[in-house]
Amino acid sequence: MSMDRRQFLKGVLAGGAVAATAAPAPAEARGNLTMPPKAMGLLYDGTLCIGCKACVSACKESNGLPPEFSTEDHMWDTPLDISGKTKNIIKMYKDGTGEVKDREKDGYAFMKHSCLHCVDPSCVSACPVSAMRKNPETGVVTYDPHDCIGCRYCVLACPFDVPRFQYDKAFPQIVKCELCSHLASPDNHTRFEYSACAQVCPTGATIFGPTDELMAEAKRRLALKPGTDYMVPRGKLGGGDWQMAKAANYVPQVYGEKELGGTQVLKLSAVPFDKLGYRDLPERSFASISETMQHSLYGYLIAPVVVLGGLVVAAKHSLRDQDEDQE
Amino acid sequence: MSNHAHSAPAPLGGSLVTSLTKTMALLILIAGAVLVVRLVLGIGSVTNVNDGYTWGIWVVYDVMVGSAFACGGYSVALLVYIFNKGEYHPLVRPALLGSLFGYTLAGVSVIIDLGRYWNTWHIFTPGWAQINSVMFEVATCISLYVVVMWIEFSPVFMEKFNKDELRKKLGRWMFLFIALGALLPSMHQSSLGSMLIVLGTQLNPLWQSLLIPVFYLLTAISVGYAIVIFESTVSAIGFKRPFELGILAKLSKVMWGVILVYLVVRVADLVVRGAVGEAFKPNIMALMFWIEMAFFVVPAVLLAKASNRRRPDKLFLSAACMMTGTFLLRINSYLVGYETGDGWNYFPSLAEMGLTIGIIAIEILGYVVLVRLLPVLPKHEAAVK
Ligand code: SF4
Ligand code: SF4
Ligand code: SF4
Repeated sequence: MSMDRRQFLKGVLAGGAVAATAAPAPAEARGNLTMPPKAMGLLYDGTLCIGCKACVSACKESNGLPPEFSTEDHMWDTPLDISGKTKNIIKMYKDGTGEVKDREKDGYAFMKHSCLHCVDPSCVSACPVSAMRKNPETGVVTYDPHDCIGCRYCVLACPFDVPRFQYDKAFPQIVKCELCSHLASPDNHTRFEYSACAQVCPTGATIFGPTDELMAEAKRRLALKPGTDYMVPRGKLGGGDWQMAKAANYVPQVYGEKELGGTQVLKLSAVPFDKLGYRDLPERSFASISETMQHSLYGYLIAPVVVLGGLVVAAKHSLRDQDEDQE
Repeated sequence: MSNHAHSAPAPLGGSLVTSLTKTMALLILIAGAVLVVRLVLGIGSVTNVNDGYTWGIWVVYDVMVGSAFACGGYSVALLVYIFNKGEYHPLVRPALLGSLFGYTLAGVSVIIDLGRYWNTWHIFTPGWAQINSVMFEVATCISLYVVVMWIEFSPVFMEKFNKDELRKKLGRWMFLFIALGALLPSMHQSSLGSMLIVLGTQLNPLWQSLLIPVFYLLTAISVGYAIVIFESTVSAIGFKRPFELGILAKLSKVMWGVILVYLVVRVADLVVRGAVGEAFKPNIMALMFWIEMAFFVVPAVLLAKASNRRRPDKLFLSAACMMTGTFLLRINSYLVGYETGDGWNYFPSLAEMGLTIGIIAIEILGYVVLVRLLPVLPKHEAAVK
């Protein structure tokens, strides 16, 4: 092997190695996606929630999902978590004696768990077949079983463990909240007009509306002095249905404002969120980190084609040298 | 570089019905039964996967580990055709055959694990294909590579059936398939690691790194050499052939170099990211991390000594450690280090393992049958080089 040839080969491999490990070029870096223009969502305020689970049952009705049993007698729909049969759940936090609502020590609190409709959703970035999509207008993250291959990368990827899979079916689907977007269709024969969980919530703990207005409502509550009376909208924002409540001693944070670049479903609580299953998360979305990496390696297939060119040259030389398979 | 005189590959001959092949056939039947239940009653009827650990061993072992173990063909091809080391040529065909089976069956496993397998073609179809998904890249690349490998291997069939014309024609284009055969695994083996990046903080910092694709790639290459050593040892014993010590000793040195690079990059990355502290926490993840690292350190130490590289037992031990380390890196990063929420557990069920074992049995059976029937292994009464 002559010296320059060796160097050439080293160059090829170094080139490949650089292409394979290069730090993402700034030009190709993909930042977080931003809030769509008409983003819709929910605001859940745990301090208003009474744990009646009307929303859990309405969600089943709206989505035509079967009951799920966790008691001996199989009499009531008693889901313990979201699942292949359940898109929405109210979970309870309890500490010690559990005496006082919304207190971390010796208290209890409620938390709603359903899809957060992330601004930059991991599930959409992960899905190889566009079965998970984010509506460019409303930002609702939808799922279409006709597209889905059932790989469950979305289940793995979602930072909130939201998409669930039907492990007990021969022809399974992913199940997740789609913000009841099916209710907008003309053949909606249910009694619901918008997100069923919000529509039935008796206390205004879950309300439906444009995300920016929900954010303003959340900020308004955070600014209230604990104990003061204030008016809570029920159902949806601008629906004209109000009710009196006392401002709680909130954790000064709207969960979903910054987490992973934001979510369209926002949450308020008086007990720290990580106690309720909502972890601290960075502001940079995981989807943007993953896609930046992927695009800087494979953007327009430039790097692979360059490397392939080098490999072709190397392979040709070797084949000639080794004189194989020629006769 | 001049020609190396190699003995031409030849069919091994011998009986196809042995206790080994019969056992493998039985294991395959059991796996077939598991498959039928899975198709009729759903994935949950035979596996323990759940929404907290939705990928069990059918993905993490069969695909992540299985395809890495199938990197023999890739790693040897890199040496022979890209680095122009003709002396390793006798290893090409057997390694390629192992890879062919490994990859083809990894693909089959994936499809078995897909909940809606009848839609698989969507991945490659415009309108569905979602190019931002790392899985899209992995799926496309692996599928292409399987095709490329069958083409690379096809001269073996052509030799057997005396299709010389065809073989010559293909020979003229072989450089292209060889180049693709070096490119595609570099892409998807690293992407199998990149698939973890979108998991974000659900994955422990011991594994969540922007360099995880590099770790996956380096271990795939080095385990490729380990597999060749492993397979050569086993077939030397199993088929009562001479042990190709000279060539394997040299190969082990290459493997050693790659392991060293891996260890340096792996540790430097932990230090730079400030993740070292995680390794000293009293939890199962830290423990598994140390075990994983130990299996890379052992061959790195063993193979540093030239005399060890000439001892079949030490070579075999190093290869086995290297395989275990590679296995653990993948199991740790997809299962042990992953935590999506509280209260989830996963350990594979017997039926689930039965299917995986059946897949391994197909590989062994296929390998044994094909080397007996086709010109794969070098004709070898000659000499131990
Ligand atoms: S919460 Fe999960 S499922 Fe919902 S949009 Fe975000 S990533 Fe997707
Ligand atoms: S399971 Fe379906 S929706 Fe989820 S990532 Fe796979 S193809 Fe997409
Ligand atoms: S928006 Fe609809 S699907 Fe989503 S949690 Fe509420 S009721 Fe269920």
